[in-house]
Amino acid sequence: MSHPVDQAKNAEEFLADTVHEQRLDKLLWAMRMRRDAAARQVPEWEELRTLASEIKEHTLSHLSDYLIQFEARATANGAIVHWARDAHEHNQIVYDLLAGQGADTLVKSKSMLTEECELRPFLERRGIRVTETDLGERIQQLDNQPPGHIIGPAIHKTNKDVAVLFSQKYGSDLNNEDTAYLAGVMRENTRPDFLHAPAGMTGANFVVAETGAIVVATNEGNADLSAHTPPLHICSVGIEKIIPTTESLAVFIRLLARSATGDPITQYTSTFRGPRKGAAMHVILVDNGRSARLGMKRFWHSLKCIRCAACMNTCPVYRRSGGLSYGSTYMGPIGIIMMPTFEIRKYSKLPFASTLNGSCTNVCPVKIDIHEQIYGWREVMEENGQIQVVKKEAMRVADKVLSHPAPYQIATAALSSALEVLPHFAVYNRLNAWGKHRNVPEASRETFHEWYRNHRLKTNEEVRL
Amino acid sequence: MNSTQALSRNTILDAVRGNQPVAQPMPTIPHFHTNKPADLVATFCEFIARMAGVVVTKDVSDLDSFLRVKFPDARVICSTIPEYAGTIKPARLNHWSEASTIDVCMLRSPMGVAETGSILLSDIELQVNTIAFLAHDLVVLLDPKQIVSNIHDAYEHPYFKLRPYSVLMTGPSGSGDIGGIVVHPAQAAKTLTVLLSPTPNAGKRTG
Repeated sequence: MSHPVDQAKNAEEFLADTVHEQRLDKLLWAMRMRRDAAARQVPEWEELRTLASEIKEHTLSHLSDYLIQFEARATANGAIVHWARDAHEHNQIVYDLLAGQGADTLVKSKSMLTEECELRPFLERRGIRVTETDLGERIQQLDNQPPGHIIGPAIHKTNKDVAVLFSQKYGSDLNNEDTAYLAGVMRENTRPDFLHAPAGMTGANFVVAETGAIVVATNEGNADLSAHTPPLHICSVGIEKIIPTTESLAVFIRLLARSATGDPITQYTSTFRGPRKGAAMHVILVDNGRSARLGMKRFWHSLKCIRCAACMNTCPVYRRSGGLSYGSTYMGPIGIIMMPTFEIRKYSKLPFASTLNGSCTNVCPVKIDIHEQIYGWREVMEENGQIQVVKKEAMRVADKVLSHPAPYQIATAALSSALEVLPHFAVYNRLNAWGKHRNVPEASRETFHEWYRNHRLKTNEEVRL
Repeated sequence: MNSTQALSRNTILDAVRGNQPVAQPMPTIPHFHTNKPADLVATFCEFIARMAGVVVTKDVSDLDSFLRVKFPDARVICSTIPEYAGTIKPARLNHWSEASTIDVCMLRSPMGVAETGSILLSDIELQVNTIAFLAHDLVVLLDPKQIVSNIHDAYEHPYFKLRPYSVLMTGPSGSGDIGGIVVHPAQAAKTLTVLLSPTPNAGKRTG
């Protein structure tokens, strides 16, 4: 049985290094501010969020039909569709496709699903050389670390860190920390892999049932290079990524990059409907726990996630802890509510890595009730007989991650500038030590369940917790 | 589909059917034209510049001179447009990886998007899709009359339902993965220059 990941302890190590900690905090908060500015430029922003949420909820409530429609359309387009129940099955399909082509190397773009499935070590144990082609992901691969952020895998590293790493791995200039130089080193070393690899792999941001298309958004163009240059393109996609139509795709594209980085769109937003002449395209639809999560009445909304990372950028605990402290594929607020569905004991402490300030919910482009789900997971841990852990962990996160003056000020700034409607029920209660620790007004005597019954069910009986 | 695959497919679909939440309606999606930018061309220029693309708004009648000034060292110029012959056509490439030998790639986009500064390209314009990614520099002609207001309008383009490949391209390749500072290029084209140029009459050629 796995030991629970100790996020607070891991965070302590990150906090001990003030250079990295302060830099990451500043960087991510800047991203959050850019996101706010981008949202303000779109008058219909809140309407788009509502639409995105409704489209996702519609799709997830008709998921089997849309999966079948996608399969039929993609097949008609010339792609070959595979189904994988779990990570092992997914990895085996990828390996069999590569082995069938005699492929011993693979260029791939960033895919959190392949991280979740631990594809790379699976292939490497079988003699396949894998090159991650996203700059941040490649940095993490070379450093033998998992991604620390879902859209900026190496965002926690300084230029000096990368300069040292590249000098060791690529023989580049140890003393040249210039960003453009380091990106150039990557380009120079990755391009031969693109040109000679027999197979390429991508993930997918969206899958369109109506057209059988997969849609991939990148800034580097590495997904297009991975998909087009080799004669074999393998695309892995979680079954929750399906949306009904191209018309609905527009809603998500308008939200995705603005929520992630504040840009109006990514540099390349690519639609792949089928293989080019003389090449093959395989799409692997992966479940790996998603269908089970769909049946969790309190937690299925997390399947709406479009992986923008806005919730991570705004989270005071994530910004102070670094993504690696979560010890999980998905980190930050969205990771907290996804990871226990994979392995409840291992991730039993993660729901306490949050102040429950509600900022994550406020920025989520698909309106996932993230902080309410975090609270819900705390209750699950309590119901599972881990109340001692609950109390202890809640205090530890508050003490270790948020006890310095600087983070407290930043968190306060976040509350005053970004959170117009504070979820007081969530901030001030017995399962949130952050509120207690800060000596804020007395915790409400109303329990969460009582609050919920009194305030929410009156207006919406359909809401699931 | 082999028996293992059939089993996996059925297992997943059965589990999904058994766990699907209560059916929710699909919303009607407006195009938000009430918030349409007043000047589509100006908005397009603003946003593509923000994404590090270069826009030339004045008419470039002499493409040959333009290229010689802008890319003086370019030797291999791949053109897919009738206005300019170039030195190589995509059909001459034996393998899609050979596009890496291209210095400058000349294309025409059928559509621009004002709200993002994007241009549309597909396998029709590219012929060999890698030319837009392995070439060092891209020069893309765009008829300003083909700029649409927003992404909702953009996804009405038939390419997204008909073509094997289409891309909304917005500036050159870039990455902010080191230090959070976006630099260009990353893995793909180093520059993207858009020439606002009305679609010519058939048969008119220069260069």
